[in-house]
Amino acid sequence: MADPETLRPETLLSVRGLRIGATAYPPGEAPRDIEIVKGIDFDLSKGRVLGLIGESGAGKSTIGLAALAYGRGGVRITGGEVRLEGTDILALGKKGVRALRGARVCYVSQSAAASFNPAQRLGDQVIEATLHHGLATRKEALARAAHLFRLLSLPDPDSFGDRFPHQVSGGQLQRAMTAMALCPEPDLIVFDEPTTALDVTTQIEVLAAIKAAIEETHTAALYITHDLAVVAQVADDIMVLRHGETVEYGPTRQIIEAPTQDYTRNLVNVRSIRHAEAPDQSGQFLRLSGINAFYGSFQVLHDVSLHVPRGQTLAIVGESGSGKSTLARVACGLLPPASGEISFDGAPLPRTLKKRTREQLRRMQMIYQMADTAMNPRQTVGQIIGRAVTFYSGKRGAARRARVIELLDQIELGEAYLDRYPAELSGGQKQRVAIARALAAEPELILCDEPTSALDPLVADGILKLLLKLQAEKGLSYVFITHDIAIVRAIADSVAVMHRGRLVRFGPKSQVLAPPFDDYTALLLASVPEMELGWLEKVLARRRA
Amino acid sequence: MKQTLKTVPLSAWIGILGISLCVFAALFAPWISPYDPNQILGDPWAERSPEYLLGLDNLGRDLLSRLIWGTRMTLFVATVATVIAFSMGVILSLVAAVMRGVVDIGLSRLNDLLMSIPTLIFALIVLSALPQTLGVLIMVMAVLDATRVFRLGRALAMDLVAMEFVEAVRLRGEGTLWIVFKEVLPNAMTPLLAEFGLRLAFAVLFISTLSFLGLGIQPPTPDWGGMVKDNKDGIIFGVSAALVPGMAIAVLTVSINLVVDWLLKRTSSLKGGRGDG
Repeated sequence: MADPETLRPETLLSVRGLRIGATAYPPGEAPRDIEIVKGIDFDLSKGRVLGLIGESGAGKSTIGLAALAYGRGGVRITGGEVRLEGTDILALGKKGVRALRGARVCYVSQSAAASFNPAQRLGDQVIEATLHHGLATRKEALARAAHLFRLLSLPDPDSFGDRFPHQVSGGQLQRAMTAMALCPEPDLIVFDEPTTALDVTTQIEVLAAIKAAIEETHTAALYITHDLAVVAQVADDIMVLRHGETVEYGPTRQIIEAPTQDYTRNLVNVRSIRHAEAPDQSGQFLRLSGINAFYGSFQVLHDVSLHVPRGQTLAIVGESGSGKSTLARVACGLLPPASGEISFDGAPLPRTLKKRTREQLRRMQMIYQMADTAMNPRQTVGQIIGRAVTFYSGKRGAARRARVIELLDQIELGEAYLDRYPAELSGGQKQRVAIARALAAEPELILCDEPTSALDPLVADGILKLLLKLQAEKGLSYVFITHDIAIVRAIADSVAVMHRGRLVRFGPKSQVLAPPFDDYTALLLASVPEMELGWLEKVLARRRA
Repeated sequence: MKQTLKTVPLSAWIGILGISLCVFAALFAPWISPYDPNQILGDPWAERSPEYLLGLDNLGRDLLSRLIWGTRMTLFVATVATVIAFSMGVILSLVAAVMRGVVDIGLSRLNDLLMSIPTLIFALIVLSALPQTLGVLIMVMAVLDATRVFRLGRALAMDLVAMEFVEAVRLRGEGTLWIVFKEVLPNAMTPLLAEFGLRLAFAVLFISTLSFLGLGIQPPTPDWGGMVKDNKDGIIFGVSAALVPGMAIAVLTVSINLVVDWLLKRTSSLKGGRGDG
C-alpha cells in the first residue's frame, strides 16, 4: 500500500493491488468464484495516456471500469485501492461515486451505436452529464459541445448536435461519444476499445480526433484495446495484461521497440505467417461472372466477375458494406443473383440453394465469422460434426464416431472434446470445430467469412496456420473474406478488393498490393495501423499534402 | 440438480405444492373421496359437520367428494386440451417459420382469422352446434388455444431461423423436418414450456367458464365450473357452497402462475448467461 503523501503531486490516478473477482457459472458444474484481476498497480499523471492491452479475458475492460468504481454484471472489486488525487474512490459511498462518474471520470464505450438513446438529439445527450452535475449552464455547455465537435472534426459543428444518432455514421457517433466524455472537462477518460468496431479507413479518423482532443484538453486517459498498433499511436505508456496480471509495463517506445517479455514479443510480431503466392493462377475452379445481386430493390453487387484456381486462396477485402460477404452468399446459393453465372469445376452451378444437388453442396462449404452463432448451442461437438459426417457419407455408429475423432485430431483438439457443448469452448476452439464441421463434408472449396476477425491476434494466427496446413494436405481452395490487409498478405494467392458493391481490383497478390494503386486501394492500404511510433502523424501529414 | 433445487424461490414452492395437491386429488379420487359424488346423502345445502367436512350441495350430495372428483375432470380436460393445443401450435408455427413463403402466409392468416373472433363466443357457437361429447369439447378448446401458441412459437422460431447455425444446416441441404425438430425446437423449448404452464392455467379457467355456462362438462359428472353453477343460487341464502369450487379454481391457476413465473425468470437469466443486466 502506498502512502498517499508519498505520491508525486501530479499523479492523478493511482491504482494499488487492485483485485477483482466474479462468480462463474460453468455449465453442468457448481458455481465458483474466480479472480479476474490479480493485483494490478499503476500510476497515471495528468495529461498522460496509459494504454491497457491484452487478449479478451485479460481483464483490461474490468480494470478500466474500476477507475469509475464500477463492476459490470456481478463483478466485484475485492481488494486494493483506486486513488483519484489521493481519495480512494472504492471507499466512497454511492453518493460520492455518483458525483464522480460523468463529472471527474468519463467513459467511452466500444459501441457508440448501442450507447446513444436513438430518440434524443446528440447535442442533448452530449451535455446531459454536464448539466446533471451542474458544471455549466445549458448555454455554456452547448457552446462547449460545439467547440468539441469542431475539435473532433465533425461536420457542421454548430448544428451537429441537432441530429439524431441514426443520422450520422458510426465513426461520427464514436467521436460524438468522445465529445460527451470531454464535455464536463473530466480529469480522466476511460476509452474502452473506441475504434474496434470501425472500419480501418474510419478508425484512423477517429484515432486522430481522439488524439488531438486529448492533447488540447490535457485530460488523462486510459486507452483499452487489443490492438497494439493502435495503442502505440496514442499512449504514452503501455501496460500489457494477461489473465488479470501485468506482463509488462513501460513507456510505449520500450514496449514496441524493445519488449522484454516473450508474450509481448509475440504480440509485436504477430502475423509471422508467410505464404508464397502460387505462380499459375489461370485455373477457374470457382468462377463468378457478371454477378448483379439485390437486397429488395437495393443493389448490393454490381457486375462482379472473379475466379479461384484449384488449391489456391482468393482473399476478398473491403470495409463493411462493401458486398464481400454478399458475394459469398451468392456463391453458396443463399442469395440467388439477379443476373450472372456461377460455375464450379467447369460445370454451371444452379443459382438457388434448392436446385443444387447434395453432391454440389458437399463440395463447397462455409465457415462463419461468429462461431458462437454458427453452431447450435444445444448440440455437443460430437453431434455438430457427426451430423455432417452422416449426412454426406452415411456413416453411423462406430464408423461415424471414428471419423469425428479423426476430424477432431485434424483440427488439433482431440477426442476429449467430443461431448462438450459450444458454450464450454473458447472462441478459437469454437472456430476450429466449425472448420471440422466443414471438413466433415470432404469439401474442395471452403468459403471463409471473416473467420478470424472475432478472435484475439494470437488465436487468429493459430487458425490461419491450421487453414494453411489443411490446404497443403488436402488441396483445398479458399475464398477468404476479410477486412484485414495483414491476413491477406499472409495467406492469399490472389486478391479482390471490393468497394460499395463493385470489384475495384482483382489479380495475383503481388500485383494487387503493389503500386500503381487506384484511389480506394491506396486509402485502404494506408489506413492499416502499423506497429510503429508516429505512424498516425505520418499518414495524416501525407493525406494533408 | 442439487444446485437447481436450492435456487427455487419460496413462491415457486407454494405453486408446486398447490399443483401437487390437485394432481394427487385427481389421481387418487376413488380412494380419497369419502362418498360417491353423485349419491344424495341428506338435505340440500346442509351445514358443515364432522360427517360432511364441506357440507352438502344443492341436491344434498357431498361437496368434498364432488370437489375431489371434479379435480380429476377439470384437470384432465385442461391438460389434454393444452397438450394438443401445444403440439399443434408449436409444430405448425415452426414449420411456418422455417418454410416461409406461401406456407407461412397461409398458416399465419388462418391463425389471424381464428384469433379475430372472440374465443368465448366462438366456443359457445361451435359447442352449441356440435354434439356435446368430451372429445369435441377438448378439440374446440385445443384449436382455440393453439392460435396463441402459434403466435409465440412463430415469433421465437423467426429469431432462431435467422441465426447462422440454421443457415449452416440449410447450406448442408438438410430438410425442413430436421431443421424444425433438431435445430429450432430444442432452442425454443424453455420459453415454450413456460408458455405451456400459462396456457394450462387459462385452460382450467376456460373449461370452468364453459361448464358454468352449461356448455362444458355435462351433469351429473362433477367438475369445478359446473359445481359453481349448481350452487350459485345458494349465495342468495348465505350458503357458501359455490365458493368452495371457486377457491379450488383460484388455487390451481395461481399455483401454476407461480411456477411459470419462476420458469420464465430462469429462462431470461439463461439467455444472459450470468443473470447480467
